[in-house]
Amino acid sequence: MGKVNRYFQPVEDNVQSSTNEKFVKYDVDFNKIHDRKKKFKNVHKERKIIKKIPNKNPKFKGRAPIPEELLEKYGKGEGLDCKEIKTKIHQKKIEKKELNIKFATEQAARTEILLTEEYGCLDADDGETTTQYTQKQIANNVDIAAASKHFELKLDFGPYRSKYIRNGRHLLLGGKKGHVAAFDWITKKLHCELNVMESVHDICWLHNETMFAVAQKNFVHIYDNNGIEVHCLKRLNKVSRVEFLPYHFLLASCSDEGYLSWVDISIGKLISQYNSNLGRLAIMCQNPWNSLLCIGQSNGVVSMWSPNTRDPVAKMLCETTPILGLNVDPSGRYMATSSSDRTIKLWDCRKLTGPIQHNRLSSSATLLNFSQTGMLAVGMGNIVEVYRNPTTPLCSRYIRNRSNTPTSYMEFCPYEDILGVATSKGFQSLLIPGAGEANFDALEANPYQTKRQRREAEVKSLLEKVQPELITLHPSVISTIDVPSLKEKVEAQQKLLFVKPPNIDYEPRKKAKGKGGSVKVHRNKKIVQEQAKKEFIKDTKETQKKQKSNKKTTSNLLDRFL
Amino acid sequence: MKVKVLSRNPEHYLRETKFDIHKVPRNYDPDLHPFAAAREYIRALNAVKLERVFAKPFVCNLDGHTDSISCISKHPKGLSSLVSGAFDGEIRVWDIPQQVCVRNFTAHDGIVRGISYIPNGNSFTSIGDDKIIKTWNSLRPQFGEEEKPLNSILSKTILYGISHHRRDPIFATCGEVCQIWNESRSEPIKTFQWGVDSLHDITFNPVETTLLASCASDRSVILYDMRDKAPLRKIIMKLRINKLCWNPMEAYIFTCASEENLYSFDTRNLKHPVNIHHDHVDAVTYIDYSPTGREFVSGSYDKTIRIYETDKGHSRDVYHTKRMQRLTCVQWTLDNKYILSGSDEMNIRIWKARASEKLGPLKPRERASLNYSESLKEKYASHPQIRRIKRHRQIPKHIFNAQNVLKAMRQKNKRKEANRRAHSKPGSVPFVPERKNHHVLAEHK
Repeated sequence: MGKVNRYFQPVEDNVQSSTNEKFVKYDVDFNKIHDRKKKFKNVHKERKIIKKIPNKNPKFKGRAPIPEELLEKYGKGEGLDCKEIKTKIHQKKIEKKELNIKFATEQAARTEILLTEEYGCLDADDGETTTQYTQKQIANNVDIAAASKHFELKLDFGPYRSKYIRNGRHLLLGGKKGHVAAFDWITKKLHCELNVMESVHDICWLHNETMFAVAQKNFVHIYDNNGIEVHCLKRLNKVSRVEFLPYHFLLASCSDEGYLSWVDISIGKLISQYNSNLGRLAIMCQNPWNSLLCIGQSNGVVSMWSPNTRDPVAKMLCETTPILGLNVDPSGRYMATSSSDRTIKLWDCRKLTGPIQHNRLSSSATLLNFSQTGMLAVGMGNIVEVYRNPTTPLCSRYIRNRSNTPTSYMEFCPYEDILGVATSKGFQSLLIPGAGEANFDALEANPYQTKRQRREAEVKSLLEKVQPELITLHPSVISTIDVPSLKEKVEAQQKLLFVKPPNIDYEPRKKAKGKGGSVKVHRNKKIVQEQAKKEFIKDTKETQKKQKSNKKTTSNLLDRFL
Repeated sequence: MKVKVLSRNPEHYLRETKFDIHKVPRNYDPDLHPFAAAREYIRALNAVKLERVFAKPFVCNLDGHTDSISCISKHPKGLSSLVSGAFDGEIRVWDIPQQVCVRNFTAHDGIVRGISYIPNGNSFTSIGDDKIIKTWNSLRPQFGEEEKPLNSILSKTILYGISHHRRDPIFATCGEVCQIWNESRSEPIKTFQWGVDSLHDITFNPVETTLLASCASDRSVILYDMRDKAPLRKIIMKLRINKLCWNPMEAYIFTCASEENLYSFDTRNLKHPVNIHHDHVDAVTYIDYSPTGREFVSGSYDKTIRIYETDKGHSRDVYHTKRMQRLTCVQWTLDNKYILSGSDEMNIRIWKARASEKLGPLKPRERASLNYSESLKEKYASHPQIRRIKRHRQIPKHIFNAQNVLKAMRQKNKRKEANRRAHSKPGSVPFVPERKNHHVLAEHK
């Protein structure tokens, strides 16, 4: 390790001088200055005054500055404009709050320096490209521990699906012909292996490695880490894809018959189940940022579903041909879609706009997966390609791997430089340097979790279980201010309370001469006006009553946003 | 070819021995922490629910008196000692941590009207219906010795209340007149009189120590300055004031317990109260400030104790038990942790000042977690669910019913006034703010 120069490190020569400069002592003989006061005894004493002098050396300006991009990364958005607040006390309160938020942001940005682990990288020599390196070459050039992470399993019950657990430590394999295996893939320790004697359509880990769900021929079954069937969810039948929403403890699934369902696995309750009216659903992924289910349709539309409404929360027309692959990146910023016209498009998943990037491939991609650092793996037949910076114009092909059998599923391993590729004849894990997040947060996902830590994390996460009502397009909607609806409420109240009966201009029909004098006309006018007024009062009373009865039914937590 | 693949050394992430704590590397990258807002909200919701789960304010019960408690006085220097007087003339001294009575004697013929410790806590003075002011030693008499007052003074007038000066050996009594006494003299050094009322309560200001306030039976509060010859000010209310207490931190604020509400006054402007504290459904008999001056506790004839924040109009908490009858006196202990209450059914009860607070020492992590949940509760206080849970209290049926009755009465008055306003000449029925509605006048002498 060479000497690291940090930007806050002072140059050694200046250290001495700067410390001396800060405080200068003055010895003052007060007898000379205050001759008049000699009669007071106390003044005779010599006093020392320490005076602070501003530091003139521009190199040392207190704490190290924080780069703008870091502040932006950890920032919590624009604050409130305190000048618009009318009451002084609230203005002060908000000002203080804003200061606190700013301080928190700065502190968070400063912690960046404590992140010790370095990201992986792969640089090609002159005249070479990174795509030409084979897995064997890469494995030969890395340390033994990392090289052991590249392995291949030959299995006979394919095509397989594979899922990594949230901390990247455990792997779950499910073969179409009934083979299910769970193991710690780093130590290669097998948890369980079984054949369910039914077709397996999809698998997924639940909140930790002690349980996983398997979508079988008819129902979804839940197994524990010894391979013992714990539950059979008969309400979920003919399921094609399952996803686990870790913060909500929801097992989301889509079925061959077009049904979407969400089961709360902590209480075993079916939260919501409805028909999407889209026919067979087979392309599904979750948006990790807001936990909406994204479903790729055969008409090129991606629809996003929440358990709270029976209509999609959002729909995007992404392709003109059927969608084959769909994935959302872990930060929830980007969505990648691929279709049968051999294109890949990248979309802004927060603004629901795009495409940001539009690429054409040699053949149509059926599998897409984003890594934690934003790399995109694309699976086409038996070829897997990994792209760097897929969302920018600098997008470049990074690694290319060809296997003998077609790829059936692939997924980046969280917190590791690994891409797990499941094929029809087994599983192989590929080394993709720089794909994984180097520094994990142990309170969020800890690959080195002990048994006790796992148990504690389970309890903590259960306590913090987010309610399914909070699955919305924008996840932080709960912390926003309910301004427009309040305004609307006040307006509605005022409308109800302060209404005037309408003015009715009664224009009598022209009648023949001699029929009906002015008295009669006037009386008719009064009658019409009276009638209108009565009707109006009746109407307003009814609406007021309705308003009152409506008030009682509000119970949902997010009703205030309706 | 230059290649580096992530390869962590497990030694950096695992603890070395079983006796170490686990290593917890953190990464505050927002992308690794999705649903920050929603999870924080759930945490706040849990915190506020747990607060209600742990809200068990009742600590213990001191029984031994054979008649209703008339007054209690807390020790000015120690936290463990408490003196109480009863309607049968008995005085008991309690050891609070041991929850036992350490001393009891009959001090007066008839009711013990008031007890007050002298500032150093070495002795206490009691007054009774027998018009005698007796001073007692705080220490128990030696074995074989009889309980005898150190000093007893026969007053010429009836005595209803006593309050000791914060520092000096001076105390004030009230009855027919307000009298200032020196501990070493048997005659009052000063007597104040304003009208021919009887005064039933008197309190020295703990900060502006020459200032006194007393409650009179003509529904008034009278302010005195000890250095002055005559009383200073008088406020007359619509209903009688039962008890008055000065804010120990803000010398100019006092709060008085009335037949229905509590009123906080600022001595600099007595034209109307600075705040009215609602929620009791019957006469409020006693009030005491917390030593921080931020909160006060009140006991009422409706068999409940309520705790108010000084700047809020409604109570923060309400304490009641099935067995506790009408409150005669409540005190907030000087460590700001407990509330002492004496009631009609001869018991003194000790309550926690904050119902869900954990008693005993806290470990640093525990304290940090409690602080965190405190600030979460504050941050999300205005969310409807959280506000509802935080405010919810089970109250006895008679109070629930009384509240409904009071509510109906208030609505009826409001409606009637609105009707009257609607059918009279504009401006002839003015809007009177709530704060000016309970108040009759403020007088100078």
